[in-house]
Amino acid sequence: MTFTEFTPLASLIGGTLIGLSAVMLMAFAGRIAGVSGILVRIFPPHSDHEFAGRFAFVAGLIAAPLLVMLASGQWPPQVIETGAFGLALAGLLVGFGSIWGNGCTSGHGVCGLSRLSIRSMVATASFMTTAIITVFLMRHVL
Amino acid sequence: MKILVQFAIGLIFGLGLIIAGMSNPAKVLNFLDVAAIASGHWDASLAFVLAGAIAATSLGFRYVLKRTRPVFGEKFHLPTSNDLDTRIILGPVIFGIGWGIAGFCPGPALTALGYGTWQSLAFVVPMLIGMLAARWLSDIRTRSV
Repeated sequence: MTFTEFTPLASLIGGTLIGLSAVMLMAFAGRIAGVSGILVRIFPPHSDHEFAGRFAFVAGLIAAPLLVMLASGQWPPQVIETGAFGLALAGLLVGFGSIWGNGCTSGHGVCGLSRLSIRSMVATASFMTTAIITVFLMRHVL
Repeated sequence: MKILVQFAIGLIFGLGLIIAGMSNPAKVLNFLDVAAIASGHWDASLAFVLAGAIAATSLGFRYVLKRTRPVFGEKFHLPTSNDLDTRIILGPVIFGIGWGIAGFCPGPALTALGYGTWQSLAFVVPMLIGMLAARWLSDIRTRSV
């Protein structure tokens, strides 16, 4: 494992930008900024005509590190220590769980908690609990 | 115009994730590793991400939702259900296990695609398969009821 520095100010600013983006998506498109829901609805069958907007939002997410690279000349820090099998298994679980539970960290954790949604509180408590248990087992038990 | 604005909104979200440190799985896992509190290596940064995001969103939503409609739409689409069914627990339980294994959730995983590493693809492709499988299974269950 790699130690990372405690960055309260940068994280507070970054979090505020995430919130600003969620507010803008609501103001302009009238939609909750839930990344899993937006992503899965890009794939057919489509239930409405919002495909282009959703695709543009996802393209913006993917383009963000490229913008940082162009502006600063270096890639923002990223350390991935999970192997190919672990990444694939984690991806399957994250994908399935986010759609089965109607949302992920952004939809439930940010937007839902901000709206004081009971469902989102239960969802966020549930995924925080299993994520913490999983990290504990993988780092300190297995 | 609508497309450009939604691209910009996604870009701001992605920049927020990067500045916050969420696009770095090591940082996410070091936050989730609560046993590190005792050893002094715990990275509490992500609590500040959530605090900033919730503060901005709850304030902003209060203001935005006073309007009659969004700029590009007829109405605001807000979830109305308050049902606490098994899915609202089981889905996040499964999600959390995956999040704990790799430190990626959907937003940061998409942003990671922009770094162009094989690891992000190795996560995102199975994530899409998992998402589509869940939607498919969900549709079957709805139809059979």
